[in-house]
Amino acid sequence: MFDFLKSPILTFQEFISLAGRATINIVRRPFYANDMMIQMDVIGVGSLPITVLIGFFSGAVMALQMSRALSQYGATGQVGQITAITLVREMGPVLTALLVAGRNASGIASELGSMKVTEQIDAMRALGTDPVKKLVTPRLLAMCCTLPLLTILADMIGIIGGFIVAVPMLRLTTTEQYWNNAWRSLEYNDIAQGLLKPLVFAFIIALVGCLYGIRTTGGTQGVGRATTQAVVVASVWIFVFTFLITRVFVNL
Amino acid sequence: MSSSVLKFENVSLSFDGVENVLDNVSLEMHAGDTLIILGAAGAGKTVMVKIALGLLGSTSGRITLFGQDVTKFTEPQWFTIRPRIGMLFQEGGLFDSLTIEENVAYPLVNRTKMTAEQAKPKVEEALKFVELGHTLDKFPSELSGGMRRRVGIARAAVSDPDLLLYDSPTAGLDPITANRIMALIIQEREIRNATSAIISHRFQDGHMMANFRYNPESKKLERMPEDSPLRQRTRFLVMHDGRIVFEGNERELDASRDPYVSKFSMHRSIH
Repeated sequence: MFDFLKSPILTFQEFISLAGRATINIVRRPFYANDMMIQMDVIGVGSLPITVLIGFFSGAVMALQMSRALSQYGATGQVGQITAITLVREMGPVLTALLVAGRNASGIASELGSMKVTEQIDAMRALGTDPVKKLVTPRLLAMCCTLPLLTILADMIGIIGGFIVAVPMLRLTTTEQYWNNAWRSLEYNDIAQGLLKPLVFAFIIALVGCLYGIRTTGGTQGVGRATTQAVVVASVWIFVFTFLITRVFVNL
Repeated sequence: MSSSVLKFENVSLSFDGVENVLDNVSLEMHAGDTLIILGAAGAGKTVMVKIALGLLGSTSGRITLFGQDVTKFTEPQWFTIRPRIGMLFQEGGLFDSLTIEENVAYPLVNRTKMTAEQAKPKVEEALKFVELGHTLDKFPSELSGGMRRRVGIARAAVSDPDLLLYDSPTAGLDPITANRIMALIIQEREIRNATSAIISHRFQDGHMMANFRYNPESKKLERMPEDSPLRQRTRFLVMHDGRIVFEGNERELDASRDPYVSKFSMHRSIH
């Protein structure tokens, strides 16, 4: 009767086990620092241009949308506050994570998936390397280091984007007021959730990508399937977790 | 009798939804033996060698490697015994982000404390042996299928393993390349005196292993004398639907009346 639940529960169990093994390996020898650096370059540096772009436009569109709503109440001076809070709390972390999920969860899943179907992962085990240690842990660490940094960057650029719309373009407020407003409105609570979210999302993106990659079966078709699934599953979990984390922080 | 290298006792494996991928398989290999595993696709040949290497677990039965019961080994324990086994994967299983040199050096650098520099002479020697000494800086994608297979052989043998497992070394290759690969495997057997198991679906591969030896002086393959001990130590195994349906020497294989088994001896006339 509950047979349809078997597969998701099994996947979840595999996820937890992989998460555990990958995390424990952070403190176990040997360390593959080189692999981690390469991944940080691929994930961090590789995602820079697109993060800057979406950061800028999400801030700009936020200010644009708010301009009308705020002018109804004669509160256009508050545009800095609104842009800063929405970006730092929600838009920055979630949009960056979704972008990196699309870019890198798929990249990781297809790379590991191809390795799986061409028996490279088996070969790795046969030649004395733990694939979790060599492939999963460096990706997890690289993601955990770079995603919060990318998010901070997206937030910053977003607030600048909002500024450009609010001050030079629409003249809603003055430069001093915008920055003062943006700066003062952010509390530790906002910063904390704004940094906790990318860290949790980094875990989700890296591990979902690796899990779907490692359990790929069925040749090249399987690799395609694994890639799609990884992006979809990672994106869904990003939304679920942003809700859960916000729920906790709202009451603090 | 020389020491037992690999022993399967009533080993079975079932996956979720697929019953009896391996069904009650028992076999034993002693040091210096050559085992040729024949069978159609999906007969369980690859699964069998993967179990022998601990890449897959068995559902029931007992597996002994070098006199040690490995049935309940955990992955870290397997890492201690795998260096004694060399494996050639189907299609080679080379890491395509690494150069040929790094690929062959991989087992040396990862298992021993050797640096890439220290491993280099051994890597060069192993690659020269498979006649690919000039490909050190190339990537696997730049090589042909047969060359990749040869790099795979070099990588499997570079750490001087006691047991060599070849998974379909000639599958999908033209007859000339296939014969060249088999000649290398025979050479490997002669020089290292390693115990080898070869999975194949071509009877010719087994025929070559059973009848030819490498002469280090003339550097050529030559027909073994009738009374050669190597001849006695080359056995054939035919698998069908996860079961071993035949085990014996070449003459017995030829004499078999079983319709499935005799399919693997029909091409004799080629040699």
